[in-house]
Amino acid sequence: MMFWVAILAVSILLYVLLDGFDLGIGILFGAAGDETKRHAMLSAVSPVWDGNETWLVVAGVILWGAFPIVYATLFSAFYLPLLLMLAGLILRGVAFEYRYKTERMRWIWDAGFAGGSLVAAFVQGMTAGALVEGLPISNGEYSGGEFGWFSPFAVLCGIGLCLGYALLGSCWLVQKCEGDVREAAYRLIPYLAVGLLAFLVVVFVYALAKDLRVMHRWLERPYLFVFPVIGVVAALVAAESVRNRRDGVPFHMVALIFAAAFGTLAISFWPYMIPFSITIEEAAAPHSSLAFMFWGAGLFVFPLMLLYTVISYSVFRGKVQPTTDHY
Amino acid sequence: MDLSALLLSRLQFAFTVSFHIIFPSFTIGLAAWLTVLEALHLRTGRPAYRLVFEFWLKIFGVAFGLGVVSGIVMAFQFGTNWSVLARMSGPIQGPLLSYETFTAFFLEASFFGILLFGRPRVPPWFYLFSTAMVALGTTLSAFWIMANNSWMQVPVGYAIENGAFVPNDWLKILFSPVLWVRFPHMLLASYLTGAFCVAATGAWYVLRREFATEAGIMLRMGLYFAAVLLPAQGIFGHLNGEYVVDHQPSKMAAIEARWHDEKPASEVLLAWPDVENQRNLFAITLPPPLGSLIDSDSLSAGEVGLDSIPPQDRPPVIIPFFAFRIMVGCWLIMLLVAWGGSYLLHKGRFEQTRSLLWLTFLSFPLPFIATLTGWFTAEVGRQPWTVYRVLRTADAMTPFLTARMAMTSLIVFCAVYSFIFAFGTYYIYRLLHAGPQGRLVLPPATAIPNRPMSVVGEHRLTPAARHPAGGE
Repeated sequence: MMFWVAILAVSILLYVLLDGFDLGIGILFGAAGDETKRHAMLSAVSPVWDGNETWLVVAGVILWGAFPIVYATLFSAFYLPLLLMLAGLILRGVAFEYRYKTERMRWIWDAGFAGGSLVAAFVQGMTAGALVEGLPISNGEYSGGEFGWFSPFAVLCGIGLCLGYALLGSCWLVQKCEGDVREAAYRLIPYLAVGLLAFLVVVFVYALAKDLRVMHRWLERPYLFVFPVIGVVAALVAAESVRNRRDGVPFHMVALIFAAAFGTLAISFWPYMIPFSITIEEAAAPHSSLAFMFWGAGLFVFPLMLLYTVISYSVFRGKVQPTTDHY
Repeated sequence: MDLSALLLSRLQFAFTVSFHIIFPSFTIGLAAWLTVLEALHLRTGRPAYRLVFEFWLKIFGVAFGLGVVSGIVMAFQFGTNWSVLARMSGPIQGPLLSYETFTAFFLEASFFGILLFGRPRVPPWFYLFSTAMVALGTTLSAFWIMANNSWMQVPVGYAIENGAFVPNDWLKILFSPVLWVRFPHMLLASYLTGAFCVAATGAWYVLRREFATEAGIMLRMGLYFAAVLLPAQGIFGHLNGEYVVDHQPSKMAAIEARWHDEKPASEVLLAWPDVENQRNLFAITLPPPLGSLIDSDSLSAGEVGLDSIPPQDRPPVIIPFFAFRIMVGCWLIMLLVAWGGSYLLHKGRFEQTRSLLWLTFLSFPLPFIATLTGWFTAEVGRQPWTVYRVLRTADAMTPFLTARMAMTSLIVFCAVYSFIFAFGTYYIYRLLHAGPQGRLVLPPATAIPNRPMSVVGEHRLTPAARHPAGGE
């Protein structure tokens, strides 16, 4: 059971990091004016986006297989947000193929790509926020109605994640692109970083003011403070590398910040899966299901999946080549 | 519980899953064929194989993208609309779908990136390997989905504990005989879909007198493959019928519009089933014991009629009855086209026989229709159960789902899918129309004014750089 908790956590984190940067690029895509820039931005993600998004499906099916109650409860509770997210993911997904098939209609797919990415990122942040605040659940079943997930705090988290993904995206662009796109991304990073910082402060104050249960965790578990420290160090290194234009560094540092934030959340939830109503223990599937998944998928295939991901990133390592960018 | 939310959720599931299956069934076949093409190209070095490969890879790209995005929806829908099913069957269906994601999706996603953009970056053998991995991925995906669905059709290897299905024998689940006739049936359907689309495209070019070499490759490979696969599909189709007779008598009775028990049974070829009065109008019927012979391979076997099934357990009749007959009809026409075409190809007279060329060209929808109607038969025939004889569809739905929410999502999915489907089909049509040597991709706007011709020229010289998204 703990094995699947760990695999689930790794998958969600990988999803947030990997699809995070390509959703982020989608969010920034609308701001890029001309076709050359847009093409360069897309080229930085097009060989890997499909694999990135697959980690979302991985997280979904692990949840279903290993923690069916959580899958059933959360997905039905977030009915409308998930609908929005799926519509967003569909529109941005087809844009990769469709936009190169037309010129007159290209603006539609570009709008779909940018809008879809924005909506998907917002919904992901919002659902995470709603979870932190606590979903209305009685007798193990969601009881909040159609909009039970909605709150100012959730919306705030949605905006925060959009900023965060955009930051991750611009760091990826810095690493993969050259010329104008790289410069523009470098100029954008400080603004996004300050925006994100502001968001974090507001969330913190809000959580204090509302006396959210999550906050008590911090008093009970002082070792949690390790994560913000990691985050601050990573942020300092990132700032330094942005100033000195060291292309490879910012992405990894921002990824580290994300990982630290994710670690904070995961440990403040522990041992709950849906905070303060369903624990990991209660949610776990029967032993025969977990064992079946462990002895094949978990033990052998999961390392293979990581290997494929590494292979595909290493085949496409290095800068996107502007010289072969033509048709 | 809200009854109309149930109807809307069922409509939504039927719509999204039908939409989805069109693309995997096409890409599973196409991926296998692309592997063969790439292997032939590596072995013979004939540029035509490479050209045909590059051409179909683009079409594969569009269809694959549509399959991926519509597939993600499926992974969520069990939880959003069918939370009771998700909670109860999670311990069985969840691990099966996890295996699908783990073993198949990552193969597909990682190696497909290499297929599209990696040709200049990897050695030829690795490129072929990547193609084969994509094909393997699509096939594995089909296996796990069939394992999943077969368990819902004929649940085995489980016990019910605390209101959930707890698996107690995974070997039974994975080696269920039902799965092992249904999986080949689906796989063959996919290969036939690929083969007919390829052959139809070849026929189209022959009719237009264009791309003679490539059209010849498509026509030959497509029709020969199909001619061999179709009889095999007939056999597996029959074996599928046998599992239905053994395990799902209510579905068989609906497929055959058999209202009363018969021993030995007759066979209704065509009729208008009059559900209210439990009889068939305008029936064309073969006398006994042909019904028993077709359904049970026996001259004397008794066949179950709908009246011996409790009314609350009866499936709808009209949809399974007609869907099944349309599927078999498509198979017959495809057999005619494939065998006739192969014979004339063999004699070297095919390219002059315009009627058969037209027939081949127009036959491309048949495998899609056959796949869809086959699934309609299987899924509607299983009703009113979602897990056959254990969990009713009506009890599987998210209890607090309102009709308003279900209506919203149904409208959103219909709108988004129609939109992307319309454009996807149009773009595939344009790719097909342009053909393997045509100008396949519009260059970026900036490239047009100063050097339009050189763009086209580059295409001819370096096919690798022609992918829609342009390589890197």
